[in-house]
Amino acid sequence: MDGLRSEILKYLEKNSRVDLAELGVLMGVDEVTVANEIADMEKKKIICGYHTLIDWDKAGVEAVTALIEVKVTPQRNQGFDRIAERIYNYEEVRSVYLISGGYDLLVTLEGKTLKEVSHFVSERLSTIQDVVSTATYFILKKYKDHGTIMVRGREEERILVTP
Amino acid sequence: MRNPLSKKIVEIEPSGIRKFFDLVSEMKDAISLGVGEPDFDTPWRIREEGIYSLEKGRTFYTSNAGLQELRVEICKYLDRKIHVKYNPGTEALVTVGGSEAIDVALRCMLDPGDEVLIPQPSYVSYLPCAVMADGVPVVIPLQHENEFKLTVEELERYTSPKTKVLIMPFPNNPTGSIMTKEELEPVAEFIKEHDLYVLSDEIYSELTYNAAHVSIASLPGMRERTIVINGFSKGFAMTGWRLGYCCGPEAIIEQMIKLHQFAIMCAPTNSQYAAIQGLKNCDEEVQEMRKSYNQRRRFLMHEFSRMGLECFEPFGAFYVFPSIQEFNMTSEEFANRLLQEEKVAVVPGTAFGACGEGFLRISYAYSLENLKEALERIGRFIQRLRNER
Repeated sequence: MDGLRSEILKYLEKNSRVDLAELGVLMGVDEVTVANEIADMEKKKIICGYHTLIDWDKAGVEAVTALIEVKVTPQRNQGFDRIAERIYNYEEVRSVYLISGGYDLLVTLEGKTLKEVSHFVSERLSTIQDVVSTATYFILKKYKDHGTIMVRGREEERILVTP
Repeated sequence: MRNPLSKKIVEIEPSGIRKFFDLVSEMKDAISLGVGEPDFDTPWRIREEGIYSLEKGRTFYTSNAGLQELRVEICKYLDRKIHVKYNPGTEALVTVGGSEAIDVALRCMLDPGDEVLIPQPSYVSYLPCAVMADGVPVVIPLQHENEFKLTVEELERYTSPKTKVLIMPFPNNPTGSIMTKEELEPVAEFIKEHDLYVLSDEIYSELTYNAAHVSIASLPGMRERTIVINGFSKGFAMTGWRLGYCCGPEAIIEQMIKLHQFAIMCAPTNSQYAAIQGLKNCDEEVQEMRKSYNQRRRFLMHEFSRMGLECFEPFGAFYVFPSIQEFNMTSEEFANRLLQEEKVAVVPGTAFGACGEGFLRISYAYSLENLKEALERIGRFIQRLRNER
């Protein structure tokens, strides 16, 4: 990938709200170039979406996030893809990864309550044919998410004027 | 009672920045663009190594010249970056920041009366260090129309039979100016012709934005007449660790180690272990910081051109040096009024030499949000000044 594209992506990954004119200035190219690059990367699904990182705790919204390890029997000709699809189509499923190691799929799930999450696991997930077993872990605290440290703010500590 | 003080020391002017610092400190919620150090934390890999070395109880002196492993890594790094080979055993010294190296090198090279050429605007310690070493500082005022680069014509004008050392402060603090290989070549020829030595302060060498830094030591015949000074403060965001180094001909380094031993003993052990990690494994972190600085640099240049503030485009360090000559006031007046009226602190160019008059040093070692707010205020301020006229 060329330098401009990767620099645009790295910037957008941290700050997707930057306006195009400003992004052009920061990258040292004109606005149209930046706009074209982004449009093309959106079309090619290199850029898959623009999301907001929210601390729901601070927002006062009750939410429970769970990580679920899922062991499955892969299907002939389709491997894990068919089963993954049956899982990721649920709204409440946030992510589904195929994992190397002791189990096969790692699913993250967001629900309003513990009960809601356990209901999903026992009623929806475990009952899918070819799911052999599941193990559910509830997240207690998010220290860092999407590369952003969630737990601390920093004050400027440098001396105001130095040579 | 006798005067306890040395005349030589008392006569040295305190740094012009000090006065301004006191003003800024009294001002609550001022936005400062006056800082000469990175806003990034030291990469965690380096900090973690520092912690680990403490856990392991590595709390003793190192050898005077610095840990052998660090010197080896420094020499490898210089070979990789500036393509000059040094012997880590005899040609490298680890110092307490680049500033100690400046001081010690001048003390080791100057006899009373020897002249030191100091291009200005430049870092504040060259001149007092030359005086403390009993040298005679000779200031070369660099020109705005040359983008504050050093030219042979200027060297010719200020070199005398007594001249021994030339300070080469590039990439430059405060102007952000750099010198390319083509621009260094005639300077190197002049130096050889006049049998001078060079103290090349390359502390900002990691921070160049259009091409890799070129050291004057890498030019033919210059290695044996150059002390290269560098360190971890700027490129690796390690100012508080106080760690620098210098490399050069054995005969000079040997004497420098002697002085360093008497005055300092050795650079902080903890910092030395941490720095090894920096040289070995932090290329990517350094590059990411450089990219951020470059984005901010472009942003500032764009904003200046929008508000019609004259500023040549600098390609090094993390400073821009705009001209305020259109406003018919001194740098200090401008900086003071900007601070009082818009609560933005910048450093008057005169803090780096009289020829900095008419200019400001603006640091972009700040987050973009910070810079945006500050630039908006500066824009408002100069609009007001223009309306006043």
